[in-house]
Amino acid sequence: MMVLLRELAGLFVDDGALALAILAVVGLAGMVAVLLPNTPLAAGAVLLFGCLAALVSRSNSVT
Amino acid sequence: MTGSSALIWPVVTAAFLASLVEAVEALTIVLAVATVRGWRPAGLGAIAGLAALAFIVVALGPLLDRVPLHLLQLVIGVLLLLFGMRWLRKAILRSTGVIPLHDEATAFAAETAELREQARRNEARLDWIAALTTFKAVLLEGLEVVFIVIALGAGRGMLVPASVGAGAACLAVAGLGLVLHRPLARVPENTLKFAVGVILSAFGVFWTGEGLGVAWPGGDFAIVGFAAMFLAVSSAAIVLGRRPKTRALS
Repeated sequence: MMVLLRELAGLFVDDGALALAILAVVGLAGMVAVLLPNTPLAAGAVLLFGCLAALVSRSNSVT
Repeated sequence: MTGSSALIWPVVTAAFLASLVEAVEALTIVLAVATVRGWRPAGLGAIAGLAALAFIVVALGPLLDRVPLHLLQLVIGVLLLLFGMRWLRKAILRSTGVIPLHDEATAFAAETAELREQARRNEARLDWIAALTTFKAVLLEGLEVVFIVIALGAGRGMLVPASVGAGAACLAVAGLGLVLHRPLARVPENTLKFAVGVILSAFGVFWTGEGLGVAWPGGDFAIVGFAAMFLAVSSAAIVLGRRPKTRALS
């Protein structure tokens, strides 16, 4: 059962740093959405470009 | 064509390609077990895995309707980002040679070698081990397929097109496996994972944004733009990742 659960978690988290970076970007975008409710695209921009930046920064190393 | 109907083919295609990868991986393990211990334990384990999967879908599926749409979009969007960008990163690392390419023939050989070693150590329990191996493979890969179907389909009422894409992929792989009786080593798995990673990441950004209340310009068509950006950035990452190696060789 533990092996199954560990493998299930592994479906989403392989590189811990990438997963953390994604969650941080989503959290930041959420904060922007709350702080700037009249400019919802700001949160979208943070989300999109944050994810792209996280991908690039984690695509050069293996941890 | 409305925004949502424009999504049908991307959803079907993404579900088909992603499920194809998962089904090929499950088939490799089932074939390895069948080669070492015969079709009986391999088939029983696979059928038990499918039954467990069906139970999970039937038991948990109706809960989806009870989750508020924005929360569902946010949770699915984040999971899609984690899942899709994990595939995309791995495909980039494989394309740049940082990690080796996934090879179904090698995976098949490793699985059969492990089962033969277990047979040498403990013959009596081996049919159980063999059945458990296929059970776990079918259940885990199947759960990935179910997640892909839910992730691509639940946010816009597209569960049926996503299920059709995933079902077609699973049937195609199962049919080919039954006919060929060997792993589908010629499936360009890394290319598929790269393409699917791009699509799932684009869907992930879209759903997460919708869940946060972002009104994307162009509506559903924004997904195409996101996919193009993920494709461009990932391709650039591959080119940049290969460059030092080329310089060192020259």
